[in-house]
Amino acid sequence: MTVTGDRSTAGADQRTTPFSAGPPDLSRDLMGDALTFDRGTPGKQGVLLPALDVPPSELPPEALLRKNLRLPELSQLDTVRYFTALSRLNYSIDTGFYPLGSCTMKYNPKIDEDIARLPGFADLHPLQPEETVQGSLQLFHELQQMLAEITGMHTASLAPMAGAQGELAGVLVIKAWLEASGRTNRTRILVPDAAHGTNPATAAMCGFEVVTIPTAADGDMNMAALEAALDDRLAGMMLTIPNTLGLFDRHIVRIIELVHKSGGLMYGDGANLNAIAGQVKPGALGFDVMHINVHKTLSTPHGGGGPGAGPIAVTAELAPFLPAPYVTFEESKQRYSLTTPERSIGRTGGFHGNAAVLVRAYAYLRTLGAKGLREMSEGAVVNANYVQARLKAAFSLPFDRPCMHEVVFSGSRQRAHGVRTLDIAKRLIDYGFHPPTVYFPLIVDEALMIEPTEAEGMQALDAFCDAMLAIAAEAETDPELVRGAPHTAPLRRLDEAAAARRPVLRWRAGEPAQSNAPA
Amino acid sequence: MVRPESIEHNRTQPRPDGAYNPYLGTTPDERAAMLRRIGVDSAEDLFEAIPAAFRSPELRLPPPLSEIDLARELGAIAAMNRPAGSMISFVGGGAYRHYVPSIVPHILGRSEFYTAYTPYQPEISQGTLQAAFEFQSMVCEITGMDVANAGMYDGASAFAEACLMAVTVTGRHRIAILDSVSQAYIDTVRTYAAGRGLPVDIVSTRQAGSLSAAACLALQQPSSLGFFEDVDALGAAAHADGALFVVDVDPISLGLFREPGAYEADIVTASGQSLGNGLNFGGPFAGLFACRERFIRSLPGRIVGRTKDLDGRTGYVLTLQTREQHIRRERATSNICTAQQLLALGVAVYLAAVGANGLRQIAELCYHKAHYAASQIEALSGFRLASDQPFFKEFTVICPRPVKGILEELLAQGIAAGLDAGECVSDGLTIAVTEMNTRTEIDALVQALGATGHSE
Repeated sequence: MTVTGDRSTAGADQRTTPFSAGPPDLSRDLMGDALTFDRGTPGKQGVLLPALDVPPSELPPEALLRKNLRLPELSQLDTVRYFTALSRLNYSIDTGFYPLGSCTMKYNPKIDEDIARLPGFADLHPLQPEETVQGSLQLFHELQQMLAEITGMHTASLAPMAGAQGELAGVLVIKAWLEASGRTNRTRILVPDAAHGTNPATAAMCGFEVVTIPTAADGDMNMAALEAALDDRLAGMMLTIPNTLGLFDRHIVRIIELVHKSGGLMYGDGANLNAIAGQVKPGALGFDVMHINVHKTLSTPHGGGGPGAGPIAVTAELAPFLPAPYVTFEESKQRYSLTTPERSIGRTGGFHGNAAVLVRAYAYLRTLGAKGLREMSEGAVVNANYVQARLKAAFSLPFDRPCMHEVVFSGSRQRAHGVRTLDIAKRLIDYGFHPPTVYFPLIVDEALMIEPTEAEGMQALDAFCDAMLAIAAEAETDPELVRGAPHTAPLRRLDEAAAARRPVLRWRAGEPAQSNAPA
Repeated sequence: MVRPESIEHNRTQPRPDGAYNPYLGTTPDERAAMLRRIGVDSAEDLFEAIPAAFRSPELRLPPPLSEIDLARELGAIAAMNRPAGSMISFVGGGAYRHYVPSIVPHILGRSEFYTAYTPYQPEISQGTLQAAFEFQSMVCEITGMDVANAGMYDGASAFAEACLMAVTVTGRHRIAILDSVSQAYIDTVRTYAAGRGLPVDIVSTRQAGSLSAAACLALQQPSSLGFFEDVDALGAAAHADGALFVVDVDPISLGLFREPGAYEADIVTASGQSLGNGLNFGGPFAGLFACRERFIRSLPGRIVGRTKDLDGRTGYVLTLQTREQHIRRERATSNICTAQQLLALGVAVYLAAVGANGLRQIAELCYHKAHYAASQIEALSGFRLASDQPFFKEFTVICPRPVKGILEELLAQGIAAGLDAGECVSDGLTIAVTEMNTRTEIDALVQALGATGHSE
């Protein structure tokens, strides 16, 4: 069966997709084949620079100088138009519903962008004298306290520049604590099989042996497997709360008790904090250290994949090991300072963390307050459960119980018709939605992980659910249509295998864009 | 807790539906309808898996603020800072006041870029993907290296990852870092190395012959004091002993000075901050990471590659993902996920906007202004350059009295004179001059230094 242009939108009831509007200012083919290097004209330059206002000095010996440099030569308009055209090939939160599970793609407030761009925040050199940056240090200090309050921890360090770096810092804190207390025989970190890939990667980077703990049939941890893994080699456990199935583990208190009793520490992966902020404090449950993805829960923009920030919060016992810098307040001098905690694991980057991202997180928390924060997590959980309720007749639900901020379905029923989860995801694009996270967590066959966030209204959720139900029907009546999706996106499916087999990772002069086409 | 006096009082009027969260998508009526559909009586029922004793804890946070009050309050906090632009500033040390062309923030401000995420669905992410391919291409061009990834967190963490990659590639466990590398970079490498217990040796140029156990010799070009290292000799020494040569560069310098590919560097890192990204009190910055083709499968982080779609049209995808944590888990090359994609986009827009000629002009402006400043300061009695090696835009002078007092005195006159070179050079003042500094500013610095030089 062939897919025609007409049929492609048959099920999408002529809905305007994010890509169908606007004039075809640059054809899609031209975009991908011609990079800035190909578009240039010798002699053009987009920005002019001032003339030299000092007497020139002698240049160093020729041997130290560069022979040639090749960069695009474009007018300013060429550059603006090219990158604007590129932007229009992107799906984003501001253009549509983006229920990418585990990523918390919620609305990014515009006022927070304005605030982060104030010269008083944006035009600060990180090594300026401390007396000239007291405002930013006060903001950091308050944010440290607010994150500690939300997580139920003693204090927090804002230094890590991403969630994964927060994990690195957090597990290094565990390692440093073990070494300081002479427990160097403890070399194993337990990681559930549903964990984010960063968890085992981080534990390995920190020199620990990773021991995988399976999930039980009800979506909670397999407690027998946990108990069997506990011995005096235990350093700690990395646990995502709620877990990556979108479920709050009902054994949580017992799990933490067992890990602590065996001499290990509990690491909380805060990627899913959006479900529980204001509802429960991980520190109160007994977690010892956790990171917070501020680009998720605290709504700083994801930037196409960074920048984010990954502060870590810890108990009082672990506070001396926090990464540097850490902001302290000296009451007598009424002065904030950047300090290095007594037994710090050290620096995680060149300066003080992703300061401009932290300003946005602070502004977001000041907007919400405690009430708004509780409304946030409650709204997120209600929205996810609503999607679960509306879709569970059509899609297999491996764990039929209330979920938290996200719901994980399996595409197993559709697979019986030859339609894979990937096909469902691609078909959603035709309906104007960003697909959910797919094939994660790994323990759910054909997983579809949907995280609507509290920012979405009921209408958006209904439109998405209608599309999912329509696709479920298409999977039975017209599986070819679904398998050929997307039909309305700027490009059809891309050959990822060819990309990996013969990597073309950069532009090269005189090399046609088709260079890695199958021979 | 924070501002306890204000905690009791809300400082915003709620929405008509009573919500204090302006970004909430549903009303109580809608939520009630949704809860009926879900089949529970209240939202609380959805939280039943959380042990009751721990549910709904007290939460002491400052009160919710209206947008007006938020802007007012945050504006007041911002006003407690003194922007670099309001001073005459010569502070460098890894972050520099270079010009950010107006088009860079305008492009970055397109929400199609900044409110997207990792391009897992390439059909609707070609903007981010193609921009990343541009970035990789430009990084290769300016560094003279074969391949680059889509970006790291910042220069220091990129440098640390480069050292870890050298360990993976060579199978050796010691990391050798030249003693002229900045303390922040050394500290970051130590943090990353601590995980696997890798020894970090700080070596001087005189010792650089004993690298037979080292995975790499890593340095900064120019050094943290601003002077150029003899990279030909140091690279040759590293290679003679089977160590990789890791170089962190000032990317603006590459408009004028030799690219690391020309002096046999194996892995090159750089801070992307200078290339179109603002100071932002130290972050977010992007990190550049490039290397030789043969190390491609050991690269950390995200890589974008070119391919075709079903209709044969050119497109871009995330590739070589089997190196990465979400596939390889504990055997990944790194745990890094994000690429500071937005800042990498800023770098690409910047380099497209200024072009090769513009980058060379910026480098020349920095070079000549810095040398003018250095020659004027050297002419002052009691001041001399800390080294006779060539330098680019940053240099260190030895002052006739402790630097701390000089810095304080000049700050009172509105001049941030630079950085205390610290323990490495006693009485050393490290001064950075960029295209943003006018002759008038430089003359003001020189005059102020001359006046302070001998006063106690």
